[in-house]
Amino acid sequence: MISAFFIFNQKGEVLISRLYRTDFKRSIADVFRIQVVSNSDVRSPIITLGSTSFFHVRVNNLYIVCVTKTNANAALVFEFCYRFISIAKSYFGKVDEESVKNNFVLIYELIDEISDYGYPQNSEIDTLKSYITTESVISSAIAAEESSKITTQATGATSWRRGDVKYKKNEAFVDVVETVNLSMSAKGTVLRADVDGHIQMRAYLSGTPECKFGLNDKLVIDKNSQGGASDAVELDDCRFHQCVRLNEFDTSRTISFIPPDGEFELMRYRSTSNVKLPLRVIPTVNEIGTTQVSYNIAVKANFGTKLSATNVVLRIPTPLNTTGVDCKVANGKAKYVPAENVVVWKIPRIQGGQECTFNATAGLTSTTTRQVWARPPIDVDFEVLMLTASGLIVRFLKVFEKSNYHSIKWVRYLTKASGSYQIRF
Amino acid sequence: MSTQQGQDAKFFQRGKIEEFRAELQAAEAKDKKYQKRKTVLKKIVANITMGNDMSPLFHDVIQCIGTPLLEIKKMVYLFLVSYGRSKPDQIHLVIPSFLQDCSDRNPLIRALAIRTMSYIPIPVVTEALGDQLRHCLKDRDPYVRKTAAICVAKVYTADPRKAERKGFVELLRDMLIDENATVVANAVAALSEIGDRQDGVIFKLNLTIANKLLGALGESSEWGQIYILDSLLRYVPEQHADAEMMAERVIVQLQHANSAVVLTTIKALLYLMNYIGDRRLIDYICRKMGPPLVTLLSSGPEVQYVALRNILLIIQRRPTVLKNDVKAFFCKYNDPIYVKLAKLEIMYRLAREENAREVLAELEEYASEVDVDFVRKAVRSIGRLAIKVEPAADKCIESLLKLIETKVTYVVQEAVIVTKDIFRRYPGKYEGIIPKLCENLDALDEPEAKAAMVWILGQFADKIDNADELLDDLVYSFLDEPAEVQLALLTAVVKLFIYKSQSEVTKALVHKVLKWATEDIDNPDLRDRGFMYWRMLAMNPAVAAEIVLAEKPAITTDSDRMDRGALDQLLLHTGTLGSIYHKNPETFIRNAAGRALIDSPALNANSRAVLVTLARPQLPPTVISVSGPGPVEPTRPSQPGEAADNVPLPTIMESSRSDERDLLDIEGDDGAGGDSGEGYPDGDDDGPVTKAADPYASWVVRLVVT
Repeated sequence: MISAFFIFNQKGEVLISRLYRTDFKRSIADVFRIQVVSNSDVRSPIITLGSTSFFHVRVNNLYIVCVTKTNANAALVFEFCYRFISIAKSYFGKVDEESVKNNFVLIYELIDEISDYGYPQNSEIDTLKSYITTESVISSAIAAEESSKITTQATGATSWRRGDVKYKKNEAFVDVVETVNLSMSAKGTVLRADVDGHIQMRAYLSGTPECKFGLNDKLVIDKNSQGGASDAVELDDCRFHQCVRLNEFDTSRTISFIPPDGEFELMRYRSTSNVKLPLRVIPTVNEIGTTQVSYNIAVKANFGTKLSATNVVLRIPTPLNTTGVDCKVANGKAKYVPAENVVVWKIPRIQGGQECTFNATAGLTSTTTRQVWARPPIDVDFEVLMLTASGLIVRFLKVFEKSNYHSIKWVRYLTKASGSYQIRF
Repeated sequence: MSTQQGQDAKFFQRGKIEEFRAELQAAEAKDKKYQKRKTVLKKIVANITMGNDMSPLFHDVIQCIGTPLLEIKKMVYLFLVSYGRSKPDQIHLVIPSFLQDCSDRNPLIRALAIRTMSYIPIPVVTEALGDQLRHCLKDRDPYVRKTAAICVAKVYTADPRKAERKGFVELLRDMLIDENATVVANAVAALSEIGDRQDGVIFKLNLTIANKLLGALGESSEWGQIYILDSLLRYVPEQHADAEMMAERVIVQLQHANSAVVLTTIKALLYLMNYIGDRRLIDYICRKMGPPLVTLLSSGPEVQYVALRNILLIIQRRPTVLKNDVKAFFCKYNDPIYVKLAKLEIMYRLAREENAREVLAELEEYASEVDVDFVRKAVRSIGRLAIKVEPAADKCIESLLKLIETKVTYVVQEAVIVTKDIFRRYPGKYEGIIPKLCENLDALDEPEAKAAMVWILGQFADKIDNADELLDDLVYSFLDEPAEVQLALLTAVVKLFIYKSQSEVTKALVHKVLKWATEDIDNPDLRDRGFMYWRMLAMNPAVAAEIVLAEKPAITTDSDRMDRGALDQLLLHTGTLGSIYHKNPETFIRNAAGRALIDSPALNANSRAVLVTLARPQLPPTVISVSGPGPVEPTRPSQPGEAADNVPLPTIMESSRSDERDLLDIEGDDGAGGDSGEGYPDGDDDGPVTKAADPYASWVVRLVVT
């Protein structure tokens, strides 16, 4: 298991260093600094030297690093790093050098708690916050009963929830967020289109609420085993937060759970069938001789007129030897960014059905040893509210609690793309 | 959720021991709400973090241990974890305080105390911990018990024999039926760690206990589920039905949000499938495994990488998994390079006639990307695709020719290398493209590409009009070429001579090269081959021709599939480092526990046929060096942390294994489960067996009493 946990900054300085085992000295950090931080070409998140393996995850300007001398479960180690990051985010708002330095004592407390001898332990944020705080706690003053409540929760079957949660107004917010991944060939055929869906929930519910969650009536989960109707929403796979009773889902396809207090990811799913592509991009890019490239790009919003795509950003690649780009756009703003070899075209809003066009000419310097331009794909980022590319809809969310209170539920849908909606040309 | 913003960055400054000491002493006089001490201790912790040796402050810091502020206590404990081991003469000063905490009313304090004590593995502390730990293992609070369970693993690591004598292992074993799932999971983790030690007790599960653990699965935390699922590989099903029941119980965990739970579930399922008889169930499990594996690709890139390397193994063993999902493995332009390279291999594996066109289109796209290594592998994959999928070969060749036209040197070289294999796979079909290849002769500067081109020139010297000229040119630098190219040149020139023995140019050429190879070259392989050719040609040119130009066996893609027995063994490490490097852990990690399928009446005949038996653990005398794409040895002679690796190993196990054979085996049978399953005592283990009436049927704990 994990022998040591480190956080490094960009320069390779150690911000946090915790040895869980005696098989390493702190100086093992130097090895990581030399092998990874100072190495400009790191080609793996895992480096193994002799019997020692370093796992690292980068976040902002930091390296979160675990070191082991065993045949560790690599998925577990990375999940642990991710979990640390999300805990830190929840505690400090952001994870960067400043926030780590500002909270280093608290971080030491946290990593002592969430991993024992390198074995990850209870890492539920809600529970941790009930006993790991920055407030000065007089040790003798903590009532033993209060602590027993905490320990029972930390080790219990619903370790993610305190029993004594109270709200004046009982509310639950459900956010269905779908990320569309698209890869379209230069000929306009869809090479791959799929949806990564997340159902985020913010539950502000008193007591121990029993929730039942319902999706589309015609929902085919695990489409491999049944032949679904063509108009049904088909999910290839779904994964649930640990609060969801998997056995129940397996037998009756109902999603029932006692939610953690506050925000959590209830469900994650994947769909590859009938994916509606919100934006259609039609590029025409021609290399004119060796000195010019002409662009004509149309973007069409492929959804109802009541909806609109916002924060649309197209990143249109230009050859490496581009000297300047002359852009003409009717909507939004387009700007050539030489450092990244792209033209960034930002459109604040595109109404459903609307079409926007981009015309530009890039001037090139003549080079003697001209390599063929690799033509990286055009990348499109956008957000469309109240639309799901998969067609998934939340039908109901029922909350049962013994005090029988009334609860208000809100549902929101968002379809977006960031970094993986790509059109080749 | 409120976020808490600390303001501690200002303490991140290097300080002097004397200053801190003075500040601590000043704080003793007047310290409202302990603010001063807190500040100094924060500075000290920051300095420990920065690598400043704060151990001289030991005596001063431990004065604060009695401060009733929890935050201060935790900082003092952190200090003790860092320096306690180096102060065996002073550590006794803090023990009374620890002991007091061990019996605190507050369970969090009790747990914190034993957790911290067990992090200081020196005899004084461990001795004092002993009784407390025994109590805590039976504490009424589950949090204390779960902490105590891990403490046993720590204490065992510090001194295995002593921990056994004190009966901690049995206490830990008793925790497997604890009412609290978190306690059970930690006990499993601790026992697994102990069981993986080469000098540790043997940890096996029988059906009853395995079922009990599965019962705890639903209530344990995600991490606990991983420990439990992992331990299922310590259970050897005796009947198909047992394995089938167990697989059905764990399969729902594939829907878990934590990727490590998913991969460990897959590991357990792959393992159990070896013992399942029902073909339909196996198909069902395979079908169920595919979607979650693809979903792992929407995790962070690091987890994607772990998943991809594992998928590569899984689809070799269970080809039905993911066979229709090749698209999921197409690279995104901004995937990290390690994800792209791993996807590329899977794409090749999943390529079939039905999807070859799509795969080829992707590979062509990748061949124009920026990363040289990725581009080369993409080009190579095009060639491999041609060899693997015959109907796609024409298109692949076309695409390779297009790539050669780009004149990008590394693309051309890679294309030439694969083309050579394509010629061998489809003799007489594509030789028409040879002139195209010859145009790029000058671009080849890498040995492998050059050797491939030379092979082509020699092999088809009869079809290439100016083969003699081209080879003559290449031979010009013969003496400076690497051995690989020299060997290729030697053979090519001999082939040329056999084809065109009448030509004077050819005669001179072959003579020149043979003379060089036998007289001027030190490489024995080359010299031997030179002599061999020379004699053959001298004795009987006709026979020589038959031998040299003999028909070559066709190239197949079979060889790149891993041997099934090896796969079965590697898959027992699914999700771990070994599965990423595709190497058994014992071959690259010192003291790592190897795994092998264990025979039982339920084991499938096919799995049995390729059963790999695990060699008796042998302690490698030095660090094993593993070459290839996997882990590499540190290049610097003295790595700070690696120093420990060179310390001679303790030899206790050898003596206790072979000589002192007074072993105490605890074996029991509850009868209730009705399973006749036996644990597997070691082959040469015929020590006294004590039958104890406890609920751990056939649970073998081997204690070495020294």
